[in-house]
Amino acid sequence: MSAVRVLVGTRKGAFILSSDGARRSWEVSGPHFAGWEIYHLKGSPVDPDRIYVSQGSGWFGQQMQRSDDGGRTFNPIGNAFQYDGVPGTHQTFDGTPHPWEFKRVWHLEPSLSDPDTVYAGVQDAAMFRTTDGGASWHELSGLRTHGSGYRWQPGAGGLCLHTILLHPSNPGRIVIAISAAGAFRSDDGGTTWKAINKGLVSDGIPDPDAEVGHCVHHIASHRSRPDVLFMQKHWHVMRSDNGGDVWTKVSGNLPTDFGFAIDVHAHEPETIYVVPIKSDSEHFPLDGKLRVYRSRTGGHEWEPLAKGLPEKDCYVNVLRDAMAVDTLDACGIYFGTTGGQVYASPDGGDSWSAIVRDLPPVLSVEVQTLP
Amino acid sequence: MAEISVVLPQHLQTLARVPSREVSIAVEGVVTVRAILDGIEARFPQLRGTIRDHGTNKRRPFVRFFACEEDWSHASPDDPLPAAVAEGREAFLVVGAMAGG
Repeated sequence: MSAVRVLVGTRKGAFILSSDGARRSWEVSGPHFAGWEIYHLKGSPVDPDRIYVSQGSGWFGQQMQRSDDGGRTFNPIGNAFQYDGVPGTHQTFDGTPHPWEFKRVWHLEPSLSDPDTVYAGVQDAAMFRTTDGGASWHELSGLRTHGSGYRWQPGAGGLCLHTILLHPSNPGRIVIAISAAGAFRSDDGGTTWKAINKGLVSDGIPDPDAEVGHCVHHIASHRSRPDVLFMQKHWHVMRSDNGGDVWTKVSGNLPTDFGFAIDVHAHEPETIYVVPIKSDSEHFPLDGKLRVYRSRTGGHEWEPLAKGLPEKDCYVNVLRDAMAVDTLDACGIYFGTTGGQVYASPDGGDSWSAIVRDLPPVLSVEVQTLP
Repeated sequence: MAEISVVLPQHLQTLARVPSREVSIAVEGVVTVRAILDGIEARFPQLRGTIRDHGTNKRRPFVRFFACEEDWSHASPDDPLPAAVAEGREAFLVVGAMAGG
């Protein structure tokens, strides 16, 4: 019988939630790395027992860990992230230049074909890669030295590279996103990059055709149609049907199109999920009602999904990397909140229940579907 | 070769996987902050980058060094430490600053 493993990164440690394919009862393991910020942990699609972890602390900096036994044990791996050459400057919030400084790893994306190869998105925004299982990390500096780099500015969370999408049939194609620079694509395995922000419109950017400066919160795609991209931007839900060359707005009837998380159903490439959040500064659900919105039409038309979710007095947030799906026949949807709940739906979003309620604030959720 | 007693903060004890916060570090030559940190990182490679930055070797902002009730955080890392530390009678303390939540 198949099984599901949910990998949860929180402000104070990592948790692993396990269930059989029925997804009715869950076992909670953790905290792993208690007291450390776990921005992200993710398993290799090639070897699900191989799990990579970004472990950090304001005191002791960036650590990296790796499990080779499905999260039962972990061992430290290389944690040196050195920018290539003289890093140069990006802009600060006030527009003045600031030298690139490594702060943390936001996102880990294991290779689709090699368990020893992993991509890391870091703050200040850059892309690193290991090809030796995490022993050493090397920058793909063509991104940071993209001609626009000196104009990149941080979002409220910092100048972070938070999204990495690897193309399943074209190994050279990688799509990434940076707050608040925008989306970028490489077609040569990460050597060279181009900005792919045409069609994005952002308040505060006078030029609607600005090459960079867009606060992209997250991008998702379906493995069967990897060039169809769905984006949750600071404001607006967007889609692209050509690998990011052009974006169109698909917010439709959403009650607010601000949010962080977005994901795609495992078996229905036009079914997508977002969690609308009130903004600009509140960053909690509208009217205290936590609702996921689902579109079965690739955007434009959205329906609220509320069964089992808090109907009142709910003032949590769902962060950009805190939603994921499993690949069981009845696709499971999962998301974590800053209130420490992890919700799961075993029926594509029709109904929800909390797997666990009182974790530290959830930073990331990933799901492994196991045989 | 001197055996220096070093007290690590709890999180680094966990990371180093040692049963006690107090560890013994072998130092050759003059006993300085730099020599002790070199010894810590040689014995526990997983602590590289946690006390001082990779590359620059600059002390991380929320880490402090104490010896014989004196703050050595801002001293030159190449200044000789007190004889009591060099002779193993007093511990060299690596402290995580009390800050944050």
